[in-house]
Amino acid sequence: MDSNKVKEIIAKRVAKEFKDGNLVNLGIGLPTLVANYIPKDVEVTLQSENGFIGMGTAPLPGQENPNLVNAGSQPVTINEGAAFFDSSISFSIIRGGHLDFTVLGALQVDEKGNLANWMIPGKKVPGMGGAMDLVTGAKKVIVAMTHTAKGSIKIMKECTLPLTAKAQVDMIVTEMGVMVVTDKGLLLKEKNPLYSIEEIQAQTEAILIIAEDLKEMEI
Amino acid sequence: MKKIKSVEEALSYIKPGMTIMVGGFLGVGSPELLIDAIIERKIGDLTLIANDTSFPDQNYGKLVVNKLIKKVITSHIGTNPESGLQMHSGEMEIILTPQGTLVEQIRAGGAGLGGVITPTGLGTVVEDGKQKIEIDGKSFLVEKPLRADVALLRGAKVDRKGNICYDLAARNFNPIMAMAADIVIVEADEIVETGEIDPNFVMTPHIFVDVIVKGGK
Repeated sequence: MDSNKVKEIIAKRVAKEFKDGNLVNLGIGLPTLVANYIPKDVEVTLQSENGFIGMGTAPLPGQENPNLVNAGSQPVTINEGAAFFDSSISFSIIRGGHLDFTVLGALQVDEKGNLANWMIPGKKVPGMGGAMDLVTGAKKVIVAMTHTAKGSIKIMKECTLPLTAKAQVDMIVTEMGVMVVTDKGLLLKEKNPLYSIEEIQAQTEAILIIAEDLKEMEI
Repeated sequence: MKKIKSVEEALSYIKPGMTIMVGGFLGVGSPELLIDAIIERKIGDLTLIANDTSFPDQNYGKLVVNKLIKKVITSHIGTNPESGLQMHSGEMEIILTPQGTLVEQIRAGGAGLGGVITPTGLGTVVEDGKQKIEIDGKSFLVEKPLRADVALLRGAKVDRKGNICYDLAARNFNPIMAMAADIVIVEADEIVETGEIDPNFVMTPHIFVDVIVKGGK
């Protein structure tokens, strides 16, 4: 599948989780695309951890304001009713349980809801930024990512990379399916009709529990 | 008290070996003239406390590139490859801290608190060597307060007394750092007469500010 199509399937599916009035933080990269698929009749407020709520779309060329960027330094706009604050308030929102959803990518995620997304020892140590607080504090944590990293497995029995947080992930959305973390393990609730259960399991280290009412994802 | 000073006068407060805090988030809301002046004078051996290490060619990211930093306490170094190189070569010590913890450690440093009690980092390498406590059956990490010798801030509008108003997302760490250093220097995009900023809209009260420098923009 073409990589843009993969991203679209994932972003579209994640956007369906939001309810009217939710406050949501979208991570850099693929999760940012989720904003494009939020239904018009669902009012979602986006938080940017560098200090505001009410984040809008990218500005038109020439309309960029150097002081109005997202947490990845990309120029953005704000919607009516936006509000700015300092980093202490921003992380009070994040850690204090005021955020309904955080959507972020992963290097690895496992069947216990452990997440690793901030470093590869000896190779890449960018730092955790706000990820540990987001995953610890948000009411619901959604991992939105491609099912594998160019064939290398990311959905594990147990993460081998250093963790971002322990047992905090609620849901994993990939181009192959939607998995929910339960105390019995990963429950496959929806699957992409282009793949069989066997094909999905072959790309997943954790043993998938198949939902009785397994649904098909919209692709 | 006359707080408006030249960059030269402001720099006299910064000595080699000191700990400095620099406001900004990937360089947005960071002083530019003050950083360039530190680089010009090669004031080194500094400990830097900042959200990130910015980009190699921008503001405090240039302090790293110019090898003026011996230690950095930050949440993210990924946008400045030089930080990773100096970490691996051992030239610079890097302490990575979750962003929400970092800002609260700074706030604690300025607010007279003994530390931060947070769930962030539990079950990760962040808890290594730190005290863990239980409150009402829940586990938390204890993180110590952070203070600096000098804080370098960027304000959009600053009055002659030192009241600061920030612009949009340029606020970030600035108002918190304003409380947590012995000397607080703000680089102002615009300096206005006292009283011109509506007291309702002052974001950092003047009592935290020691020195005002006129910025470039």
